[in-house]
Amino acid sequence: MRQARNGGYGGVPRWIYVLAAAGGLFVVLPLAAMVAKVNWAQFIPLITSEASLQALGLSLRTSAASTVLCIVLGVPLALVLARGSFPGQRFLRSLVLLPLVLPPVVGGIALLYTFGRQGLLGRTLEVAGLQIAFSTTAVILAQTFVALPFLVVSLEGALRTAGNRYEAVAATLGAGPTTVLRRVTLPLVLPGLASGAVLSFARSLGEFGATLTFAGSLQGVTRTLPLEIYLQRETDADAAVALSLVLVAVAVAVVALAYRSPRAAERAPALSGERTTPAPGQGGAVR
Amino acid sequence: MTFSVQAAVASREFDVSLALGPAETVAVMGANGAGKSTLLNVIAGLLHPDSGTAELDGKTLFDLTAGRGEWTAPHRRGTALLAQEPLLFPHLSVLENVAFGPRSAGASKQAARESALRWLTEVEATELQSRRPAELSGGQAQRVAVARALAADPGLLLLDEPMAALDIHAAPLLRRLLKRVLAGRRAVIITHDVLDALMLADRVVILENGRISEEGPTRDILQRPRSRFAAGLAGLNFVAGHLTEHGLRAGALNLYGHRDAAAPLPTGQPGVAVFPPSAVSVFLTEAHGSPRNSFAVTITDLEPHGDGIRVRAGEGGQLSADITPAASVDLGLAPGMQVYFVIKAGAVAIYPG
Repeated sequence: MRQARNGGYGGVPRWIYVLAAAGGLFVVLPLAAMVAKVNWAQFIPLITSEASLQALGLSLRTSAASTVLCIVLGVPLALVLARGSFPGQRFLRSLVLLPLVLPPVVGGIALLYTFGRQGLLGRTLEVAGLQIAFSTTAVILAQTFVALPFLVVSLEGALRTAGNRYEAVAATLGAGPTTVLRRVTLPLVLPGLASGAVLSFARSLGEFGATLTFAGSLQGVTRTLPLEIYLQRETDADAAVALSLVLVAVAVAVVALAYRSPRAAERAPALSGERTTPAPGQGGAVR
Repeated sequence: MTFSVQAAVASREFDVSLALGPAETVAVMGANGAGKSTLLNVIAGLLHPDSGTAELDGKTLFDLTAGRGEWTAPHRRGTALLAQEPLLFPHLSVLENVAFGPRSAGASKQAARESALRWLTEVEATELQSRRPAELSGGQAQRVAVARALAADPGLLLLDEPMAALDIHAAPLLRRLLKRVLAGRRAVIITHDVLDALMLADRVVILENGRISEEGPTRDILQRPRSRFAAGLAGLNFVAGHLTEHGLRAGALNLYGHRDAAAPLPTGQPGVAVFPPSAVSVFLTEAHGSPRNSFAVTITDLEPHGDGIRVRAGEGGQLSADITPAASVDLGLAPGMQVYFVIKAGAVAIYPG
């Protein structure tokens, strides 16, 4: 609650600081309460039990896979939404963002009726010898479903901020659309893409409702860390708290990675600056 | 080996037709919103006109005449664009930026590098080759951007106010550089600066409201402007009206002046009168006698101009007179005052518009 540095005008009323402090506490206090409950003597054995390690390993593997899937599907979506111009564009954007506000359990049910045995595509897939529901693939699909909007939103924002002037110049220099994408567009929005990927990974890691509905909870196959924590909570509270702390640690690491260097954004010069064109300096009068 | 474009964009009330010889540089001038950037974007393929055709060295850039819909993508046109900002790719080094065009054209890494070095030498920027664009000054960056555009070996170079964002020290340097590299090259340059037109261009095209209002050799345009905009560039007062036996009539205003000895003025035809502000004297009362023009005007503004004071008067401040500060004080001039502008007939040039 000190004055703005260098004596510059801060412009924030003091009482705002009080509310901001309350907001900060609201986030930190529950975490502190959880840490206080950790049974440190048993901590290492608890998080290295076979079930725990299996769940953690599965969580990391599936989250990595769904992040890759998010990039493969999300980058084209973001490009089309940010750069394209076609009827129904706004509608498509709302649809893509839907999983962001949809209860995950609803997403799980929707996926079940798409890829499940009796689902829209499930029967065809089953004929082809593929069973998706209640498999590790289902975990990855559920996580991708809920995490995709994070990547699309983050990347679309970066694309819009960057504008398309570099791309236009690259095109007049003789670069075809694919070359422009590879050598200009993607490098320019790399910070946005990276933070989008990190957010997708974090969301995948924490996914619970859609996974449980669509993939079930089979140890070593579909029981990810959040599911394991939920299950342990009923029988062994100490194990649940210890594993929760592991998830918190991973989440903190992920967030730190995403916001590691706010400088990264500065490397790209301000692109949206207004063009200032001086008026002709001579007498006469223009218009 | 020619370039020609004819294009219309209805939503911008743009309709322009332009042709360039093999080694000709044309300066496009005009007020903001006159359609200068629209013209460049249409040529570069960044904007789709409603109708028209364009051709560069036998290659059709677009042909949108009725029943046809040919369209060449920007990267296949050979029309490199140099904008007001250098727009160097921030994630590439200077050398990689300049090598971008040759690489995109399919040159090997080595060949592209050699070509980039050659062009960096041409713009005297070889020592910058390993820097990032963020480490360059505005003038350096724009020099590198020139090299990058030239390295793409464009059949037509498009320059969109390349000097506008530079400070007053960097601009003359770049202007000299452009004069050197544009020699013998085909280019269209948008500029607000009459100096650019004089130094860099063979011909000036003046755009007004999406249409070409005047075009011709730079010298002719400045000496005998036929549009208010061109007269403004040349620093001349401009009055449009109809020719009379003795001069020009514009509304209630009658101007006497000298005309070309060669041809008698076609009475009744549209014509223009131009005269320099320095030839205008300001009086508080009407002057008589001698072959003079004298008319009442209301002062709209007084502003410093060089060592003297520029008196703007008339509707919209369209007429101006340059007087000394002493004269201004003596006359007690102030905006809103009615005064008389007096111009010797010999200082007014009158010709068909």
